[in-house]
Amino acid sequence: MSNRLSDRILSLRDWVDARFPLTKLWEDNLTKYYAPKNFNFWYYFGSLALLVLVIQVVTGIFLTMNYKPTAETAFASVEYIMRDVNWGWLIRYLHSTGASFFFIVIYLHMFRAMLYGSYRGPRELLWLIGMGLFVVLMAEAFMGYLLPWGQMSFWGAQVIISLFGAIPYIGEDLALWIRGDYVVADATLNRFFAFHVIAAPLVLIGLVVLHIVALRSVGSNNPDGIEIKKNKGPDGVPLDGIPFHPYHTVKDMVGVAVFLIIFAAVVFYAPEMGGYALEKDNFTPANPLKTPEHIAPVWYFTPFYAILRAVPDKFIGVLAMGAAIGVLFLLPWLDRSPVKSIRQRGMVFKTALTVFVVSFISLAYLGTVAATPVATLFSRIFSILYFAFFLLMPIYSRWDKTKPVPERVTFK
Amino acid sequence: MRYLIFVIALLFGMPQAAFAAGGSNLDLDEANIDLADKVSLRNGAKLFVDYCLNCHSAELMRYSRIGQDLDMTDEELIAELLPANGKIGDTMEIVMQPKEAAQWFGTAPPDLSVLMRVRGEDWVYSYLRAFYRDESRPWGVNNSVFKDVAMPHALWELQGLQEAVVETHTDEDGHERETITGFKLVEPGSLSPEAYDNAVRDLVNFMAYVSEPSKMQRLALGKWVLGFLFIFLILVYMLKKEYWKDIR
Repeated sequence: MSNRLSDRILSLRDWVDARFPLTKLWEDNLTKYYAPKNFNFWYYFGSLALLVLVIQVVTGIFLTMNYKPTAETAFASVEYIMRDVNWGWLIRYLHSTGASFFFIVIYLHMFRAMLYGSYRGPRELLWLIGMGLFVVLMAEAFMGYLLPWGQMSFWGAQVIISLFGAIPYIGEDLALWIRGDYVVADATLNRFFAFHVIAAPLVLIGLVVLHIVALRSVGSNNPDGIEIKKNKGPDGVPLDGIPFHPYHTVKDMVGVAVFLIIFAAVVFYAPEMGGYALEKDNFTPANPLKTPEHIAPVWYFTPFYAILRAVPDKFIGVLAMGAAIGVLFLLPWLDRSPVKSIRQRGMVFKTALTVFVVSFISLAYLGTVAATPVATLFSRIFSILYFAFFLLMPIYSRWDKTKPVPERVTFK
Repeated sequence: MRYLIFVIALLFGMPQAAFAAGGSNLDLDEANIDLADKVSLRNGAKLFVDYCLNCHSAELMRYSRIGQDLDMTDEELIAELLPANGKIGDTMEIVMQPKEAAQWFGTAPPDLSVLMRVRGEDWVYSYLRAFYRDESRPWGVNNSVFKDVAMPHALWELQGLQEAVVETHTDEDGHERETITGFKLVEPGSLSPEAYDNAVRDLVNFMAYVSEPSKMQRLALGKWVLGFLFIFLILVYMLKKEYWKDIR
């Protein structure tokens, strides 16, 4: 009996395979995709980013069922979800916490690439697609933050959109065109809603597919920075590779479990994240006539916001902020080291990377506080260090002493 | 790995040390509320309806939800909280129009539905105990937590009237400055000072509940979710060990 059932399932599979490459897709991406066996902690964040994307899409769909995108109703509809919709509070907190965790995961994912040189050839396009994802994610988060229509939603959007006004000649018209009104208003909220729930997610998902296609083609890097495809066995399988499924899928499940524990702890016990994920002032409905004393963007934008404020001239500040993101795109060509991984690099690169991380986190902190003279001074110092890390890289990365690259992957 | 720990230690030590943030310089008293204390919440609800809900609305909050969460029957809701002709499913709205209110008070009293999430419990607790006599103000009272606030002392019947104890000192620039160091009760109210503090605590407790009615549900569910996830972690960890034992 069971034999006949499994025969039937197999014949169904063959029927599909004759018409659609089901088995081939499964094998190419999972069971016969060979990934290095020495992945460490830093390699969890790719699959976790995909998990957070799914959480955001699913909770977002349910939020859309009760959210009302007009200036009159938006704030109250969010509180309606928090109070009157069954499990609405949970869906909303999953979504708001998910936004912050998306950036935590993506920042760590990008830092992994910097640690092990994952952006280096042949993975330049993989890095560029990933950077495209990062930019779209920032747009998605920025537009999503307007939707609760609280004071910080309103004034944050007001400040950021007015930055476009600093562009010479076309600036003011451009800002007007983005807002659809002379200030952030109902028209702005409506179009941001449209972009947030359909346009940006479509692009995000498309880019995620491209990112994975590119990864499957070039293969994953690893903490040793070795190309495992150079050492193949007689069967054509990389000697240091293991099938992605079941080995890495089961390993990623452990990462998922640990991630969900931290995520759930925040959702259930500290959904405001101390005022960083849900800012206190955002519980006051948007009021175009009352400017808050202190306007700060959400924490994941603050490094770039601090760079903007560090520059005295508004337009140059906007350019600097854009350049701070743009320079990341150039990373594959700025790095001239003969090795990829930090394991083979010398003290110069390690010091530079430390300076970069300290600058980035300090700028993130400085972007949240009021622009006092001391804070501005430190913002300037860390902005210069931030750019120095990238712009001097062609010099110091070549100059750095490196260790020989091992033949085969190692476990540490 | 050693390097990593070094980097992380550096990260977390440095910015905080460099900019020891100086938050609010107000000394707020701790409210010490307890959202699980339903007697306190019910007393707070009564005070809220009697003293706040004439000028302030809480229009995102439904009476029926209060009944559910505070274990009140519909009859109790009608007797204790609902306005005349009110319906159980109504939200906590008021008759006063914001436009008129702005004329009377100078500014429209804010809706209190989520106010606690803006100000914090300690702030509201301190604020409601910090009114003092000041004849220069339109309502004859000022507030040391919210200077020159437009609101009258709505709870004066309960607290009575206090006067500020002022200390004068000269600052660095040679200007004389007055700081309020405490209060002295000059006209006793219907409650003793301790009883008044407790009444305010109950009121703040209720307002905190109104700001996030699902909070207790959230905290209660959290334990089960985390418990499940820990078991899930152990299982997937064992599964991973089993799969990976021959990989080297």
